[in-house]
Amino acid sequence: MLAFVARRIALAVLVVVGVIVVTFVVAHVVPGDPAATWAGPHASAAQIAAAQKFLGLDRPLPVQLVSYLGGIVRGNWGISIHTHRPVLSDIMTAAPATLELVISALIIALIIGIPFGLISARRPGRVADQVIRAGSIFGVSMPIFWMALILQLLFSQKLRWLPAAGEYSPALLFSHPLVKRTGFPVVDSVIGGNWPMLGSTVVHLILPAIVVAAYPAGLIARMVRAQVLDTIGEPHILNARALGFREGQIFGRFAMKLAWPPVSAALALVFGYSLVNTFLVEAIFDWPGLGSYAAASIATLDTPAILGVTLFVAIAYVVANLVVDIVQAAIDPRIRLR
Amino acid sequence: MTAEGVQPPAPAAQESGGRLAIADLEVRFGARRVVSMADLRLDHAEIIGLAGESGSGKSMTTLAILGLAHTVGATVTGSITLDGLELVGLGSDRLRAIRGRRIAAIFQSPSTAFSPVYKVGSVFVRALRLHGAGKSEAEDRAAEAMRQVLLSPDLMRRYPSQLSGGQLQRVAIAVAVALRAEILLADEATSALDVTVQAEVLDLLRGLRESIGMSILFISHDLAVVAELCDRVAVMRSGVIVEQGLTGEVLSAPADAYTIELLASVPKLAGAP
Amino acid sequence: MIETPVIAPADAVLPRGVRLRRALRANPLLTVGGLLVVLIILVAIFAPLLAPAAGDAGTATHPLDVLRGPSAVHWFGTDQVGRDILSRVIYGTRVSPVIAVIVLAIACAIGIPLGVAAGFLGGWVDELVMRVTDVFLAFPPLLLALALAAVLPASLTSLTLAIAAVWWPWYVRLLRGQAASVAGRPYIETCRALGISRTRIIFRHILPNSITPLLVQVSLDIGGVILTASALSFLGLGAQDPTPDWGLMVAEGQSYFTPDWWLVTFPGIAILVTAFAFNLLGDGLRDLLDPKRSFLP
Repeated sequence: MLAFVARRIALAVLVVVGVIVVTFVVAHVVPGDPAATWAGPHASAAQIAAAQKFLGLDRPLPVQLVSYLGGIVRGNWGISIHTHRPVLSDIMTAAPATLELVISALIIALIIGIPFGLISARRPGRVADQVIRAGSIFGVSMPIFWMALILQLLFSQKLRWLPAAGEYSPALLFSHPLVKRTGFPVVDSVIGGNWPMLGSTVVHLILPAIVVAAYPAGLIARMVRAQVLDTIGEPHILNARALGFREGQIFGRFAMKLAWPPVSAALALVFGYSLVNTFLVEAIFDWPGLGSYAAASIATLDTPAILGVTLFVAIAYVVANLVVDIVQAAIDPRIRLR
Repeated sequence: MTAEGVQPPAPAAQESGGRLAIADLEVRFGARRVVSMADLRLDHAEIIGLAGESGSGKSMTTLAILGLAHTVGATVTGSITLDGLELVGLGSDRLRAIRGRRIAAIFQSPSTAFSPVYKVGSVFVRALRLHGAGKSEAEDRAAEAMRQVLLSPDLMRRYPSQLSGGQLQRVAIAVAVALRAEILLADEATSALDVTVQAEVLDLLRGLRESIGMSILFISHDLAVVAELCDRVAVMRSGVIVEQGLTGEVLSAPADAYTIELLASVPKLAGAP
Repeated sequence: MIETPVIAPADAVLPRGVRLRRALRANPLLTVGGLLVVLIILVAIFAPLLAPAAGDAGTATHPLDVLRGPSAVHWFGTDQVGRDILSRVIYGTRVSPVIAVIVLAIACAIGIPLGVAAGFLGGWVDELVMRVTDVFLAFPPLLLALALAAVLPASLTSLTLAIAAVWWPWYVRLLRGQAASVAGRPYIETCRALGISRTRIIFRHILPNSITPLLVQVSLDIGGVILTASALSFLGLGAQDPTPDWGLMVAEGQSYFTPDWWLVTFPGIAILVTAFAFNLLGDGLRDLLDPKRSFLP
């Protein structure tokens, strides 16, 4: 098991290095002069030259790459042209809100996706199956920024059931101030016993989380359906049936247990995809996370910030895949015995 | 032409029951009929062989007896009675209570018979608890049954990939024993095993009949094995029983042309009883 | 209940038309998807005839008609410069789907040769190509496309190139798998022993075998590329005004959204329906042609 983990981690590190190199290459596709942007619109030639030196842009490319790599490892991810703060610290401030959103969305996606996938697999080809399959494809085809706007219009403006924006109701900050411990409002509310705040954070999470959950839910339902259908024809299922287990147990326990590996691989995938999807959704919901930061950076063409976020999300994606790989090997003995 | 009026061997065990009677059984896929069985009876502590080539409908018979034919899209008409209780058309709850508990089945490929992601003992114990045993009682019975099939109970903590085919088949038999099944359906149970391992499993089955009076329906394409193990044999072709009777009589003086064909294709009979 | 196969073996002797019709009836999702896709393609082709105000898809503006709600004259209403939204949505069928086709053409053009080389030649070529591919696949597609599109000047061309640069690795992997599995077969060794050139083997054996999975992958990807392209245009990184790109239209309509809901709603529905149609088609094709295929998102 240990050898397996070590190998996987080594591979992941290699991939991350590659990711950093690609990000560096993308950074240098920028037309226009970053030094000029940094120095500002009214800078003189001397100031631009000084900016060039400051930003290290006068050195040969390979040297810049090595220095970039070293910088990343040491925590120097560049300075945002817009906020003039270190990109990494901007990211770390914004990350918890996004992680909270994505994790909530994935939980919703699992709660919806797995049962519907199982129902679909129970009677393949029948009406319920076709409807669920269509629904899953629908979820996967949804333009997420549009869904956010429409849901916001419907549930916030028209029906007034849910709040339109923000992580929690700002009025509560006065009566029930939130003590930041982890940076995750939901977790912090629970830790502090701040129940009104907890209610507010959860209610504010609903709409954005549902929007982000659409794609994963569709994917997971399809995945579960496919895997369970694959498994249900296998001999050990016949054996389980011959022992007298109920159909519900056959599907929910025996077939589903074999579906977990590919489903968890899909979870890692949708984790990465959802992180990126928040870029499209957070600004609409005034959600103070990575997505808003990325959207703002795009709008201001803040290249270091854009690249920093790209790097962060890519690394998070690699780590998520690594974790899933290791957990899969822990659960399914066949993987690590290979 | 069938030979009738057979005397089952005297029961050597305490339990009774395990009498299966099949009459006018028809299994269909849509309009296509795959089994058309007029008469087959399995008595207490009797071992009957159901012989025939692949595709003769033997496996569908097993599924029909278990009430699982619908899972492959087949429909069943006719009568299958267990000690007088009609199984065809029985409610699914009652069928599930009988499956495993009174009628157990083991199949051809032991290595795929167990879910690869569960420890072998896990499903074993769970099946016992499903049929009413408490947790520790289930574990005890499972361990006891493992010993009865001459396996160490420690093997229950292994995954299927860590056990040999012979061991896995014996575990499957142990499950049937632990559940105290009256009837065992053995569908090509030894076909995937080496000759020596096969011999051990056959010994085991014979022993079960002696010790606990288990009735066995032994389904196989291998006439040599059938000859060795079974009291009576029924020969199946295209879903129909063409001949049945005492093993010795059928195999030494076959009445049906197909039986003669089958016999001719067997390289060597391991001594008719 | 197990699924009965769509085309039973005994049916293989029936004429093609009958088989096709049976397959379509057994696969309602595929049929619906196929019909929708054909519809969309027809709309794109006949856009000038279908759009009530073709000029509105271009540079025409009507300052007197701004922000009118849906009516008999303007079925989808008008936007902030008075353009007929229905016409723009109709002409939008010429934007996203076309981008998708170009992107996938580029992806195939790069991915197929690289993949075949990697799978067929093996060795260090394979290692190198796969490592590079792995690094690209470590990025969620939208992310890298976004980063690229952000550093390039915003235009449809940059958008297309950015997405193509991100999509090719999937095709390398696909073709590599195909090439490797074919190359490993015994009859290929016989071919080589007989002196048949590698090129012939590639064109006669590997490529024909790869057409089916390639077709399935492409149809599945079109929807994904359309969604990616509209997302990037929404962020302002792709199409620019006055191009009638649906994502751009949603972005433009966003500021007017609350009272004037039609600016955002109809283009968004167009994106949804188009992606949905292609995904249905791709999914149905996959079920039909490659029932054993493992799931590729």
